[in-house]
Amino acid sequence: MKSILPVLTVILAVLLIWVVAVVPMNIHLTADQAQRDGLVVTPDTAIARQEFSGIGLAIKNPRLIPLTYVGKRPNLPSPHQIATEIYDTVFGKKITSKRSLVYHGWVTLAPTLLGFVIGTVLGIILAVGIVFSRVMDKSVMPWAIVSQTIPILALAPMIIVVLGAAGVQGVLPKSIIAAYLSFFPVVVGMVKGLRSPDAMQLDLLRTYNASNNQGYWKLRLPSSTPYLFASLKIGISASLIGTIVAELPTGAKAGFGARMLVGDQYGQPILAWAALFAAAITAAALVGIISMIERGTLRQMGMKST
Amino acid sequence: MIYVVFGFLVWAAGWVLNVYLANGKHADRLTMQIAIPLIFGVTILLTWEFFVIGFQVNPVFLPRPTDIVVRMAEELPRLWADFFQTIVKGALTGYVLGGLAAFAVAILADRSEFLTRGVLPVGSFMAALPIVGIAPIFVKWFGSDWESKAAVVAVMVFFPILVNIVAGLRDTTTMQRDLMRTYGAGYWPTLIKLRLPAAMPFILNGMKIATTLALIGAIVAEFFGSPTVGMGFRISTSFGQLALDMVWAEIVVAAIAGSAFYGIVTLIERGVTFWHPSQR
Repeated sequence: MKSILPVLTVILAVLLIWVVAVVPMNIHLTADQAQRDGLVVTPDTAIARQEFSGIGLAIKNPRLIPLTYVGKRPNLPSPHQIATEIYDTVFGKKITSKRSLVYHGWVTLAPTLLGFVIGTVLGIILAVGIVFSRVMDKSVMPWAIVSQTIPILALAPMIIVVLGAAGVQGVLPKSIIAAYLSFFPVVVGMVKGLRSPDAMQLDLLRTYNASNNQGYWKLRLPSSTPYLFASLKIGISASLIGTIVAELPTGAKAGFGARMLVGDQYGQPILAWAALFAAAITAAALVGIISMIERGTLRQMGMKST
Repeated sequence: MIYVVFGFLVWAAGWVLNVYLANGKHADRLTMQIAIPLIFGVTILLTWEFFVIGFQVNPVFLPRPTDIVVRMAEELPRLWADFFQTIVKGALTGYVLGGLAAFAVAILADRSEFLTRGVLPVGSFMAALPIVGIAPIFVKWFGSDWESKAAVVAVMVFFPILVNIVAGLRDTTTMQRDLMRTYGAGYWPTLIKLRLPAAMPFILNGMKIATTLALIGAIVAEFFGSPTVGMGFRISTSFGQLALDMVWAEIVVAAIAGSAFYGIVTLIERGVTFWHPSQR
């Protein structure tokens, strides 16, 4: 609780820098527009204005500064423009409308969640296999670790198109990407978690004459829970990022990624920024939900949450 | 059809060999640690090869591993040019810029406990966000050459590195800091002689996480506009021409570059944090 004030200060500082930066970023565009609207601008040609830096031009034309915040197609929209856009498209439109951000959010969220569940389940299964089988451990684990260093995400759009050509369409292709991205963090975390009981605890169970199975259900699985949740938090944000990247350059018609690209290509930067921030809020909400489940579960199990 | 049988045979043989090796006496030796995953990898490649031939898979969907290797050998100069444009100019420049910026901000924030407590949660929050989404915006701002890629990469690697530096700088005990004070050391000597070295395991960890992000950022940003060279550009155009073997060739290059980048940072980590329990 005591970190609320510092956090707010940092956020405020970032916003302040942003608001100040809006003026030099947009002043050239604003000056061109103002001249077309018949205002007097010094210097009076666009080419002469290119000689000036953003700040220099703003000092020469202080009357234009307020206009930089209300431009329709700014280089850098001001925070209030983005907030208004998000508010309008979330609450101002019907959910089924193609212009509603909730609709686009769902298009992104559905494959993310489906993929996340698939990836997590497969990851846990593989992790159990690795912990129980020496062969799996020795042959698969090194590849699981190496695969973390490969920029698979960059191929997401291609995978979508290949699957699309193969007849797999709809939610599934994006889910496969999301599943793939959440899969490895879960495998690595779960293996670490299932191995976390130390020799003493395992020996104790052996003195109780517990079988391997009992050792698994009563000791290994419960003690892996904190590791699992740590991986889930990484996995869900990786899934969301994967889905968005998969939507970006593939000509997807809906979803956060498609909004970002469309907004950018059709000269509606505010739309792209709104999608970017909506995606950020979604990511934060997903991680927040998992943190809440984590805290509840660990408290029920009598473990301290980290 | 005979190839399909071959594929299954290779798979079974590789599996039996690995079962034998992994349960054998020498399984914990270094040679075995390398040999077993290697056999697994080769088995998969061979099975892939035989299945593609056996099931007559259209190369548009899945080329054979040998096709990919042949293509890589043929297109070596082009692959090198793409690698240089994307990895060296885009990813590495951005990585260094982002890292330096994170370091500067971390040192600034470190001067006050108040700022540290603010930067840490905000930074780790930002690190979980889909920052790649800024790629189209940055390509518009900085043009389509490597500068925009470096900018995207810089922003993507900034937050994980920042969080790790800030967290690492807090990782000294009161006792250690008190000792420095009894030596009469001020803020800067304490920072350079005690707190920065103590933070190194964290900093290097952040740098390791950032390597993959840097490659992703550089490649994805090229999808939104690039000169006619670069790995992202090549992937998307080869894809348009249905030259899947070229796409796979770029994937192999990306995989090698990614692993090498990670490996280099790991080596640096081993050198810098040789004193840490995890390295001994």
